[in-house]
Amino acid sequence: MGDRLRLFRAGDHRRDGFLLGVAVGIFGVTFGVLASASGLSAFKATTMSLLVFTGASQFAAIGIVSSGGEPLSALGTALLLAARNGVYSLSIAQTLPTNGLKRLIAAQLVIDETAAMSKAQPVPEVSQEVFWVTGISVFIFWNAGTLVGVFAGQVVGDPLSWGLDAAFPAGFLALLLPHLSDRRKRLAALLGAVIAVISIPILPQGLPVLAAALGAVVAAGVGNKKGKRRHP
Amino acid sequence: MSWVMIFSLAGGCYFFKLGGLVAANTTRPTLRLNRVLSGLTPAVLAGLIVVQTLDGGGTLNVGAGTVGLLVGGLAARRGAPFAWVLVVAAGVTAALRLL
Repeated sequence: MGDRLRLFRAGDHRRDGFLLGVAVGIFGVTFGVLASASGLSAFKATTMSLLVFTGASQFAAIGIVSSGGEPLSALGTALLLAARNGVYSLSIAQTLPTNGLKRLIAAQLVIDETAAMSKAQPVPEVSQEVFWVTGISVFIFWNAGTLVGVFAGQVVGDPLSWGLDAAFPAGFLALLLPHLSDRRKRLAALLGAVIAVISIPILPQGLPVLAAALGAVVAAGVGNKKGKRRHP
Repeated sequence: MSWVMIFSLAGGCYFFKLGGLVAANTTRPTLRLNRVLSGLTPAVLAGLIVVQTLDGGGTLNVGAGTVGLLVGGLAARRGAPFAWVLVVAAGVTAALRLL
Protein backbone atom coordinates (compact mmCIF):
# COMPACT_ATOMS: atom_id res chain seq x y z
CA MET A 1 0.00 0.00 0.00
CA GLY A 2 2.85 2.38 0.84
CA ASP A 3 4.27 1.73 -2.62
CA ARG A 4 1.04 2.64 -4.33
CA LEU A 5 0.48 5.73 -2.25
CA ARG A 6 4.03 6.87 -3.02
CA LEU A 7 2.79 7.55 -6.54
CA PHE A 8 0.37 10.15 -5.31
CA ARG A 9 2.57 12.12 -2.93
CA ALA A 10 2.18 15.88 -2.88
CA GLY A 11 3.77 17.69 -5.80
CA ASP A 12 3.48 14.93 -8.35
CA HIS A 13 -0.25 15.40 -8.63
CA ARG A 14 0.07 18.83 -10.29
CA ARG A 15 2.23 17.37 -13.02
CA ASP A 16 -0.12 14.39 -13.39
CA GLY A 17 -3.18 16.62 -13.68
CA PHE A 18 -1.41 18.71 -16.31
CA LEU A 19 -0.44 15.56 -18.18
CA LEU A 20 -4.01 14.26 -18.27
CA GLY A 21 -5.03 17.63 -19.66
CA VAL A 22 -2.52 17.32 -22.51
CA ALA A 23 -3.75 13.80 -23.34
CA VAL A 24 -7.37 15.01 -23.32
CA GLY A 25 -6.30 17.91 -25.56
CA ILE A 26 -5.21 15.50 -28.28
CA PHE A 27 -8.68 13.98 -28.16
CA GLY A 28 -10.05 17.51 -28.35
CA VAL A 29 -8.27 17.87 -31.70
CA THR A 30 -9.98 14.69 -32.87
CA PHE A 31 -13.31 16.03 -31.73
CA GLY A 32 -12.73 19.24 -33.69
CA VAL A 33 -11.80 17.29 -36.83
CA LEU A 34 -14.80 14.95 -36.59
CA ALA A 35 -17.16 17.80 -35.75
CA SER A 36 -16.06 19.71 -38.86
CA ALA A 37 -16.31 16.56 -40.96
CA SER A 38 -19.85 15.99 -39.71
CA GLY A 39 -20.81 19.43 -40.96
CA LEU A 40 -20.84 21.27 -37.64
CA SER A 41 -19.77 24.91 -37.91
CA ALA A 42 -16.60 26.01 -36.11
CA PHE A 43 -18.65 28.19 -33.79
CA LYS A 44 -21.00 25.32 -32.85
CA ALA A 45 -18.12 22.86 -32.30
CA THR A 46 -16.22 25.21 -30.00
CA THR A 47 -19.40 26.22 -28.14
CA MET A 48 -20.11 22.53 -27.56
CA SER A 49 -16.67 21.92 -26.06
CA LEU A 50 -17.00 24.98 -23.81
CA LEU A 51 -20.54 24.36 -22.57
CA VAL A 52 -21.09 20.60 -22.78
CA PHE A 53 -17.50 19.78 -21.70
CA THR A 54 -18.20 16.03 -21.57
CA GLY A 55 -16.06 14.24 -24.15
CA ALA A 56 -17.96 10.96 -24.44
CA SER A 57 -21.29 12.77 -24.86
CA GLN A 58 -19.92 15.12 -27.51
CA PHE A 59 -18.43 12.29 -29.58
CA ALA A 60 -21.68 10.31 -29.31
CA ALA A 61 -23.83 13.28 -30.29
CA ILE A 62 -21.90 14.18 -33.45
CA GLY A 63 -21.44 10.49 -34.31
CA ILE A 64 -25.16 9.72 -34.20
CA VAL A 65 -26.24 12.90 -35.98
CA SER A 66 -23.63 12.56 -38.75
CA SER A 67 -24.62 8.94 -39.38
CA GLY A 68 -28.20 10.08 -39.95
CA GLY A 69 -29.64 9.29 -36.54
CA GLU A 70 -32.58 11.11 -34.97
CA PRO A 71 -31.52 14.24 -33.04
CA LEU A 72 -33.58 13.12 -30.06
CA SER A 73 -31.90 9.72 -29.86
CA ALA A 74 -28.51 11.45 -30.17
CA LEU A 75 -29.49 13.71 -27.30
CA GLY A 76 -30.71 10.76 -25.22
CA THR A 77 -27.54 8.72 -25.69
CA ALA A 78 -25.33 11.74 -25.01
CA LEU A 79 -27.23 12.49 -21.80
CA LEU A 80 -27.00 8.86 -20.63
CA LEU A 81 -23.24 9.06 -21.14
CA ALA A 82 -23.18 12.29 -19.11
CA ALA A 83 -25.20 10.94 -16.19
CA ARG A 84 -22.15 9.34 -14.58
CA ASN A 85 -20.80 12.83 -13.91
CA GLY A 86 -23.72 13.26 -11.50
CA VAL A 87 -22.56 10.13 -9.69
CA TYR A 88 -19.03 11.53 -9.48
CA SER A 89 -20.47 14.79 -8.11
CA LEU A 90 -22.25 12.92 -5.31
CA SER A 91 -19.03 11.11 -4.53
CA ILE A 92 -16.59 14.04 -4.48
CA ALA A 93 -18.92 16.82 -3.21
CA GLN A 94 -17.44 16.65 0.30
CA THR A 95 -14.06 17.88 -0.90
CA LEU A 96 -15.43 20.66 -3.15
CA PRO A 97 -16.77 24.15 -2.32
CA THR A 98 -20.25 23.77 -0.83
CA ASN A 99 -21.87 26.94 -2.19
CA GLY A 100 -21.44 30.13 -4.18
CA LEU A 101 -19.79 30.84 -7.51
CA LYS A 102 -16.94 28.41 -6.83
CA ARG A 103 -19.39 25.52 -6.61
CA LEU A 104 -21.03 26.59 -9.88
CA ILE A 105 -17.62 26.61 -11.60
CA ALA A 106 -16.48 23.36 -9.95
CA ALA A 107 -19.65 21.63 -11.18
CA GLN A 108 -18.73 22.22 -14.83
CA LEU A 109 -15.34 20.57 -14.21
CA VAL A 110 -16.72 17.30 -12.74
CA ILE A 111 -15.70 14.64 -15.27
CA ASP A 112 -13.92 11.25 -15.33
CA GLU A 113 -10.44 12.78 -15.06
CA THR A 114 -11.13 15.17 -12.16
CA ALA A 115 -13.10 12.58 -10.17
CA ALA A 116 -10.39 9.93 -10.59
CA MET A 117 -7.53 12.31 -9.75
CA SER A 118 -9.13 13.95 -6.73
CA LYS A 119 -10.52 10.70 -5.28
CA ALA A 120 -7.03 9.18 -5.36
CA GLN A 121 -5.95 11.78 -2.77
CA PRO A 122 -6.84 10.88 0.82
CA VAL A 123 -6.33 14.41 2.25
CA PRO A 124 -9.36 16.67 1.52
CA GLU A 125 -7.32 19.87 0.94
CA VAL A 126 -4.96 18.11 -1.47
CA SER A 127 -7.93 16.44 -3.10
CA GLN A 128 -9.53 19.82 -3.84
CA GLU A 129 -6.27 21.24 -5.17
CA VAL A 130 -5.86 18.24 -7.48
CA PHE A 131 -9.44 18.72 -8.64
CA TRP A 132 -8.79 22.34 -9.69
CA VAL A 133 -5.41 21.65 -11.30
CA THR A 134 -6.78 18.72 -13.29
CA GLY A 135 -10.09 20.39 -14.14
CA ILE A 136 -8.58 23.66 -15.36
CA SER A 137 -5.86 21.85 -17.29
CA VAL A 138 -8.36 19.52 -19.00
CA PHE A 139 -10.73 22.44 -19.71
CA ILE A 140 -8.02 24.53 -21.37
CA PHE A 141 -6.56 21.69 -23.44
CA TRP A 142 -9.92 20.20 -24.46
CA ASN A 143 -11.10 23.56 -25.79
CA ALA A 144 -7.74 24.48 -27.34
CA GLY A 145 -7.65 21.04 -28.95
CA THR A 146 -11.13 21.50 -30.36
CA LEU A 147 -10.09 24.84 -31.91
CA VAL A 148 -6.98 23.27 -33.44
CA GLY A 149 -9.02 20.38 -34.82
CA VAL A 150 -11.65 22.66 -36.30
CA PHE A 151 -9.20 25.02 -37.99
CA ALA A 152 -6.02 23.05 -38.58
CA GLY A 153 -7.71 19.81 -39.61
CA GLN A 154 -5.81 16.58 -39.88
CA VAL A 155 -2.41 17.58 -38.44
CA VAL A 156 -2.57 15.16 -35.53
CA GLY A 157 -3.79 12.09 -37.36
CA ASP A 158 -5.87 9.41 -35.69
CA PRO A 159 -5.21 9.09 -31.90
CA LEU A 160 -6.27 5.43 -32.22
CA SER A 161 -3.07 4.70 -34.18
CA TRP A 162 -1.15 6.27 -31.29
CA GLY A 163 -2.86 3.94 -28.84
CA LEU A 164 -4.09 7.00 -26.95
CA ASP A 165 -7.50 5.42 -26.38
CA ALA A 166 -5.77 2.82 -24.16
CA ALA A 167 -3.89 5.47 -22.18
CA PHE A 168 -7.06 6.71 -20.48
CA PRO A 169 -8.31 3.42 -18.99
CA ALA A 170 -4.72 2.61 -17.92
CA GLY A 171 -4.50 6.01 -16.23
CA PHE A 172 -7.85 5.44 -14.53
CA LEU A 173 -6.63 2.02 -13.38
CA ALA A 174 -3.52 3.64 -11.86
CA LEU A 175 -5.83 6.07 -10.04
CA LEU A 176 -8.09 3.23 -8.93
CA LEU A 177 -5.26 1.23 -7.31
CA PRO A 178 -5.03 3.28 -4.08
CA HIS A 179 -8.73 2.56 -3.43
CA LEU A 180 -8.20 -1.18 -3.62
CA SER A 181 -6.47 -1.45 -0.25
CA ASP A 182 -9.83 -0.65 1.38
CA ARG A 183 -11.98 -3.79 1.55
CA ARG A 184 -15.31 -2.14 0.82
CA LYS A 185 -14.00 0.02 -2.03
CA ARG A 186 -12.26 -3.01 -3.51
CA LEU A 187 -15.57 -4.87 -3.49
CA ALA A 188 -17.36 -1.83 -5.00
CA ALA A 189 -14.81 -1.69 -7.85
CA LEU A 190 -14.95 -5.43 -8.46
CA LEU A 191 -18.77 -5.45 -8.58
CA GLY A 192 -18.72 -2.35 -10.80
CA ALA A 193 -16.44 -4.10 -13.29
CA VAL A 194 -18.55 -7.27 -13.29
CA ILE A 195 -21.80 -5.32 -13.73
CA ALA A 196 -20.24 -3.44 -16.68
CA VAL A 197 -19.06 -6.66 -18.36
CA ILE A 198 -22.50 -8.25 -17.99
CA SER A 199 -24.40 -5.16 -19.15
CA ILE A 200 -22.30 -4.19 -22.21
CA PRO A 201 -24.13 -6.67 -24.49
CA ILE A 202 -27.60 -6.00 -23.08
CA LEU A 203 -27.84 -2.31 -22.15
CA PRO A 204 -27.68 0.70 -24.52
CA GLN A 205 -24.54 2.83 -24.73
CA GLY A 206 -23.94 4.87 -21.59
CA LEU A 207 -25.90 2.67 -19.21
CA PRO A 208 -23.21 0.02 -18.42
CA VAL A 209 -20.97 2.64 -16.76
CA LEU A 210 -23.95 4.04 -14.87
CA ALA A 211 -25.08 0.57 -13.77
CA ALA A 212 -21.60 -0.02 -12.35
CA ALA A 213 -22.49 2.49 -9.62
CA LEU A 214 -24.77 -0.20 -8.14
CA GLY A 215 -21.56 -1.96 -7.10
CA ALA A 216 -21.08 0.76 -4.47
CA VAL A 217 -24.62 0.32 -3.16
CA VAL A 218 -24.18 -3.43 -2.74
CA ALA A 219 -20.68 -3.07 -1.25
CA ALA A 220 -21.96 -0.55 1.32
CA GLY A 221 -24.30 -3.17 2.74
CA VAL A 222 -21.59 -5.79 3.10
CA GLY A 223 -19.41 -6.15 6.16
CA ASN A 224 -21.91 -4.89 8.73
CA LYS A 225 -22.65 -8.31 10.15
CA LYS A 226 -19.25 -9.08 11.62
CA GLY A 227 -18.67 -5.91 13.62
CA LYS A 228 -21.36 -3.80 15.22
CA ARG A 229 -24.86 -5.15 15.20
CA ARG A 230 -26.93 -2.07 15.85
CA HIS A 231 -30.38 -3.58 16.25
CA PRO A 232 -30.25 -6.99 17.91
CA MET B 1 -26.92 19.73 -35.22
CA SER B 2 -29.21 22.56 -34.13
CA TRP B 3 -28.46 25.17 -31.50
CA VAL B 4 -31.47 23.87 -29.53
CA MET B 5 -29.84 20.46 -29.33
CA ILE B 6 -26.44 21.87 -28.35
CA PHE B 7 -27.94 23.96 -25.56
CA SER B 8 -30.19 21.09 -24.39
CA LEU B 9 -27.16 18.83 -24.18
CA ALA B 10 -25.10 21.49 -22.39
CA GLY B 11 -27.95 22.15 -19.94
CA GLY B 12 -28.52 18.45 -19.30
CA CYS B 13 -24.84 17.76 -18.71
CA TYR B 14 -24.53 20.69 -16.31
CA PHE B 15 -27.73 19.63 -14.54
CA PHE B 16 -26.19 16.23 -13.70
CA LYS B 17 -22.91 17.75 -12.52
CA LEU B 18 -24.40 20.48 -10.34
CA GLY B 19 -27.31 18.30 -9.24
CA GLY B 20 -24.94 15.75 -7.73
CA LEU B 21 -23.07 18.44 -5.79
CA VAL B 22 -26.26 20.10 -4.52
CA ALA B 23 -27.84 16.79 -3.54
CA ALA B 24 -24.73 15.71 -1.62
CA ASN B 25 -24.43 19.11 0.08
CA THR B 26 -28.07 19.18 1.22
CA THR B 27 -28.36 15.59 2.41
CA ARG B 28 -27.47 14.75 5.98
CA PRO B 29 -24.88 12.02 5.57
CA THR B 30 -25.49 8.78 7.43
CA LEU B 31 -22.89 6.05 7.93
CA ARG B 32 -24.44 3.90 5.23
CA LEU B 33 -24.79 6.80 2.79
CA ASN B 34 -21.15 7.74 3.32
CA ARG B 35 -20.16 4.17 2.52
CA VAL B 36 -22.15 4.28 -0.71
CA LEU B 37 -20.74 7.69 -1.67
CA SER B 38 -17.14 6.70 -1.02
CA GLY B 39 -17.61 3.54 -3.09
CA LEU B 40 -19.23 5.29 -6.06
CA THR B 41 -16.06 6.59 -7.71
CA PRO B 42 -14.17 3.25 -7.52
CA ALA B 43 -17.23 1.39 -8.81
CA VAL B 44 -17.91 3.76 -11.71
CA LEU B 45 -14.20 4.03 -12.60
CA ALA B 46 -13.94 0.23 -12.72
CA GLY B 47 -17.01 0.14 -14.97
CA LEU B 48 -15.55 2.89 -17.16
CA ILE B 49 -12.24 1.02 -17.54
CA VAL B 50 -14.14 -2.11 -18.60
CA VAL B 51 -16.28 -0.20 -21.12
CA GLN B 52 -13.32 1.71 -22.56
CA THR B 53 -11.32 -1.46 -23.14
CA LEU B 54 -13.91 -4.18 -23.78
CA ASP B 55 -16.91 -2.50 -25.41
CA GLY B 56 -16.81 -3.03 -29.16
CA GLY B 57 -20.17 -1.38 -29.84
CA GLY B 58 -22.44 -3.53 -27.71
CA THR B 59 -20.30 -6.67 -27.87
CA LEU B 60 -17.40 -7.74 -25.67
CA ASN B 61 -14.23 -7.28 -27.64
CA VAL B 62 -10.66 -8.11 -26.54
CA GLY B 63 -8.06 -6.25 -28.59
CA ALA B 64 -4.79 -4.33 -28.61
CA GLY B 65 -6.23 -1.81 -26.15
CA THR B 66 -6.96 -4.58 -23.65
CA VAL B 67 -3.31 -5.67 -23.70
CA GLY B 68 -2.23 -2.03 -23.41
CA LEU B 69 -4.43 -1.63 -20.34
CA LEU B 70 -3.02 -4.75 -18.68
CA VAL B 71 0.61 -3.75 -19.30
CA GLY B 72 -0.11 -0.19 -18.13
CA GLY B 73 -1.86 -1.54 -15.04
CA LEU B 74 1.09 -3.78 -14.27
CA ALA B 75 3.45 -0.79 -14.56
CA ALA B 76 1.24 1.18 -12.16
CA ARG B 77 1.14 -1.74 -9.76
CA ARG B 78 4.94 -1.83 -9.73
CA GLY B 79 5.09 1.83 -8.80
CA ALA B 80 5.77 3.39 -12.21
CA PRO B 81 5.10 7.15 -12.37
CA PHE B 82 1.72 8.17 -13.78
CA ALA B 83 3.27 9.51 -17.01
CA TRP B 84 4.89 6.14 -17.66
CA VAL B 85 1.61 4.31 -17.17
CA LEU B 86 0.00 6.43 -19.90
CA VAL B 87 2.98 6.14 -22.26
CA VAL B 88 3.44 2.38 -21.76
CA ALA B 89 -0.27 1.64 -22.30
CA ALA B 90 -0.43 3.81 -25.42
CA GLY B 91 2.90 2.49 -26.76
CA VAL B 92 2.00 -1.18 -26.35
CA THR B 93 -1.40 -0.62 -27.95
CA ALA B 94 0.06 1.35 -30.86
CA ALA B 95 2.77 -1.28 -31.44
CA LEU B 96 0.21 -4.13 -31.45
CA ARG B 97 -1.95 -2.23 -33.95
CA LEU B 98 1.08 -1.78 -36.23
CA LEU B 99 1.74 -5.53 -36.32
